[in-house]
Amino acid sequence: MQLTDRELWTLIHGMGLGALFLLAFGGGLAGFYSLRPEWLTTAGIRERIARLDVGTVVMAVVAWLTVITGTWIIYPWYRAAPPEGTTDLEAYPRSYLLANENLADWHHFGMEWKEHIAWIAPYLATVVAFGAVYYGRRLAYEPAVRRLLMWVFIAAFAVAGIAGLFGALITKAAPIL
Amino acid sequence: MVVSTERVDTVVIERDSLDGDEVALAKPDGPLAAVLLAAGIGAFALGLFTTLAEASAGFRERLVLNAAVGPLSGKTVWATVVFVIAWVVLHVMWRERDRILRSATTAFVVLTLLGLLGTFPIFFQAFAPE
Repeated sequence: MQLTDRELWTLIHGMGLGALFLLAFGGGLAGFYSLRPEWLTTAGIRERIARLDVGTVVMAVVAWLTVITGTWIIYPWYRAAPPEGTTDLEAYPRSYLLANENLADWHHFGMEWKEHIAWIAPYLATVVAFGAVYYGRRLAYEPAVRRLLMWVFIAAFAVAGIAGLFGALITKAAPIL
Repeated sequence: MVVSTERVDTVVIERDSLDGDEVALAKPDGPLAAVLLAAGIGAFALGLFTTLAEASAGFRERLVLNAAVGPLSGKTVWATVVFVIAWVVLHVMWRERDRILRSATTAFVVLTLLGLLGTFPIFFQAFAPE
């Protein structure tokens, strides 16, 4: 049960960083939704805000690390061109997918979408983190701002989810070995 | 006791107490509007670079900052640079401004939707030369 360096980095990118972002989303959304003065004492608001601040900042950092590791570490392995005359393309995922008519769309559509849309997630996550930290306890008394941040948070989750889904499916079709 | 959840723009001249703590003062929404609009501009830039790279081989080649990563290196780096610069500029312009979040949100939605469109393969691949 050994992992190559490439498999380890793929694991860090996908199951470590990416999955952490997607899993933390539920808690963050609940945190925003429940931040209402009619539901909480002031001590409760203070406690929730502290957690929301830390949580959204960590999620933004994780989102940036996910796309940076994906683009600069794993993607080069995915798109590496095989030496001329290579017949076994399993070590060259992009070429492997394109060589098979039934698998080519995993690259043409799946990877082409994932590699681009993923980068919008950290932009949106940064907005959410900034909003939570900037407003602090005031956020409980600004329902319109809270709603806005929730929707931006949902959008960040959606684009990260698309990238994560296609990443998982592409890795299944053409793993980075 | 009915608690109003609508935004209250009042100057606190006496300490308001609510269970022994003070209500936080209202803050101008300019800084949030700045980062929000900057994110929309960054997303739009990414979509624009992606589509232009598909349409022009010359532009695509100029985006290659790292041979192993290919054009994606330039698309993502330059889109991120655009996001950061836009944020800094807008923050400086709007840090004291208030009541601009609504219009910034509208612009953000439009720009982000365009960015999502520009990064959608069926769309940008339509611009590939035949």
